[in-house]
Amino acid sequence: MAGTLAEKVWDAHVVRRGTDGAPDLLYIDLHLVHEVTSPQAFEGLRLAGRPVRRPDLTLATEDHNTPTLDIDRPIADTTSRTQIETLRNNAAEFGVRIHSLGDADQGIVHQVGPQLGLTQPGLTVVCGDSHTSTHGAFGALAFGIGTSEVEHVLATQTLPLAPFKTMAITVNGQLPPGATSKDIILAIIAKIGTGGGQGYVLEYRGEAIRSLSMEARMTICNMSIEAGARAGMIAPDETTFAYLEGRPHAPEGADWDAAVEYWSTLRSDDDAVFDAEIVLEASDLEPFVTWGTNPGQGLPLSGSVPVPEQIADANERVAAERAIEYMGLTPGQPLREIKVDTVFIGSCTNGRIEDLRSVAKVVRGKKKADDVRVLVVPASARVRLQAEAEGLDQIFLDFGAEWRNAGCSMCLGMNPDQLAPGERSASTSNRNFEGRQGKGGRTHLVSPLVAAATAIRGTLSSYGDLATGEPVPDGSPLTDVAGLQTV
Amino acid sequence: MEKFTQHTGVGVPLRRSNVDTDQIIPAVYLKRVTRTGFEDALFAAWRGDPEFVLNQDAYRSGSVLVAGPDFGTGSSREHAVWALKDYGFKVVLASRFADIFRGNSGKQGLLAAQLAQEDIELIWKILETRPGTEITVDLEARTVLCDDVVVPFQVDDYTRWRLMEGLDDIGLTLQHVDEIAAFEANRESWRPATLPAKHLPPVEIKAARPVEVAIGRRPA
Ligand code: SF4
Repeated sequence: MAGTLAEKVWDAHVVRRGTDGAPDLLYIDLHLVHEVTSPQAFEGLRLAGRPVRRPDLTLATEDHNTPTLDIDRPIADTTSRTQIETLRNNAAEFGVRIHSLGDADQGIVHQVGPQLGLTQPGLTVVCGDSHTSTHGAFGALAFGIGTSEVEHVLATQTLPLAPFKTMAITVNGQLPPGATSKDIILAIIAKIGTGGGQGYVLEYRGEAIRSLSMEARMTICNMSIEAGARAGMIAPDETTFAYLEGRPHAPEGADWDAAVEYWSTLRSDDDAVFDAEIVLEASDLEPFVTWGTNPGQGLPLSGSVPVPEQIADANERVAAERAIEYMGLTPGQPLREIKVDTVFIGSCTNGRIEDLRSVAKVVRGKKKADDVRVLVVPASARVRLQAEAEGLDQIFLDFGAEWRNAGCSMCLGMNPDQLAPGERSASTSNRNFEGRQGKGGRTHLVSPLVAAATAIRGTLSSYGDLATGEPVPDGSPLTDVAGLQTV
Repeated sequence: MEKFTQHTGVGVPLRRSNVDTDQIIPAVYLKRVTRTGFEDALFAAWRGDPEFVLNQDAYRSGSVLVAGPDFGTGSSREHAVWALKDYGFKVVLASRFADIFRGNSGKQGLLAAQLAQEDIELIWKILETRPGTEITVDLEARTVLCDDVVVPFQVDDYTRWRLMEGLDDIGLTLQHVDEIAAFEANRESWRPATLPAKHLPPVEIKAARPVEVAIGRRPA
């Protein structure tokens, strides 16, 4: 029978079929753990006297609470410190591998899995974190779970799961210059809404998706959850294999050949039936920004803040009114005129090396706008080291930005990196909820290119607004910086 | 999870309806990293009141809570069940429960037994007339015995079976451990494992280059 990519991966992991409406029992290949959602799960094991069934399929990192300054000193905030120390103790007690602050592979859990080559096509990947959908970019079935489920996976390496529906999202054609994968996903969420993906696994396909780099694909899958979806997936191809080859945990030799042969079968059959389908033309897209307080409240940068009276749907109108008020905006105000206080470049959405390179190329030799604070926070310590080896950190510092250590940082402000009440940011992260980046903080979600241009001009801007006459920078390494090396 | 067939313990009359999870355990306690020791958080807002039922000697050691209708509404926090269990409660009797609370209870070995409201009233009277009266809850027979009153209660078959067998979700899955092991035996050897750890060439980690922390234009 013809199947979708998601169904193929699911079927390959069924330990036991549920009968009479009971869920299937699914095997989990990779379980990622961080300090916030795991403490009670480990405690539950301890109380029941159960071991971790497969420590060798489990990996822990510290990310949500880690400070991005003074990482060699004890963590000042006691709640943060307790959570991190608890994770360290649990990892030691249960034999789980952990990458702690100060380790090259410490960082946001959704960067660490891919960079180590642990995230591979066809796997089931779970983590007590909604943005686990990121790993779907490799053709893995990857989704976030709750703390009880974390305990369940630790104890059994399986999860009882009810089947989901499938949605195909086809993006045809090629992106125009200045638009990125971030703009694709913001446009998709604006189109289907924050609940539009509920109950579905989204599969992104089409020419525009195929021509994206692995990191750009991760950005898209990362934000699937913002459309309410269970997971997002992209079928693996040469780009995927090239990213994986040579990574520490990628298969080698004959194993590599066997793996690639299998991975190549992981695509939706031509006659596979999806429960829903959506088609987008990439050439219609332009840089997108959010104006409101959920990721679905986004518009092309050339647009204006909506005028609530013109919104037909009553619920949406009320939501827009509330969002405009919280965001301190005026209906009808052109988005390009919005002044920001802070630019945050980082997170599991856009804190990878390609993101940092494209930002560095834009800001190189320039100075940030006065009064704007610019925070650059790499997604992992290794991304940071790579950036430093490529000389990017110096470019950022010369620009007037702060160059920080790795972690979630201002994406959710669990550490000291927060917005002050009323402060406005252009952020490359994934959530613009009220207070997400600090109590009373106002967030505009943007791509790294828009973030860079905004940092220069002080108002929401696209690369084109800089009128450099140069082609739009991509995520390839800078070739003319001294000391270029791979870490 | 311990097997549950019958339980006898002091009944505690909680004459309130709509006791939501915020009243069972306020949100401030959710920051903890432990899963036990929540007994101090149970009904935290009411515990300061000397008149509150759990502050009266006769009821202090209670293990069967007799509550008003719609117990456990509100958020899905499992902490509500942990707090009740940590205090020592084994059973909650009420005429109606919130679905999520009932589900969470079943998973954690706390019996949420549904009685007719008039039976609840009857039991309240007995407990208030003779504080410290014990209640016997018989899960097998689905009956509650309080003094000379015997009344039936409802609990769904699946939850009852799980409680009587002492099976939590994980315990249930582990009944199929042979199937899990068989699945594992068939997994391709090239599938990735986190152990033994493989690393990229080691690098010395220092803090990122020193930065001057700029403060942006922070509105007053
Ligand atoms: S960077 Fe943000 S979205 Fe990503 S894992 Fe951290 S807190 Fe979650």
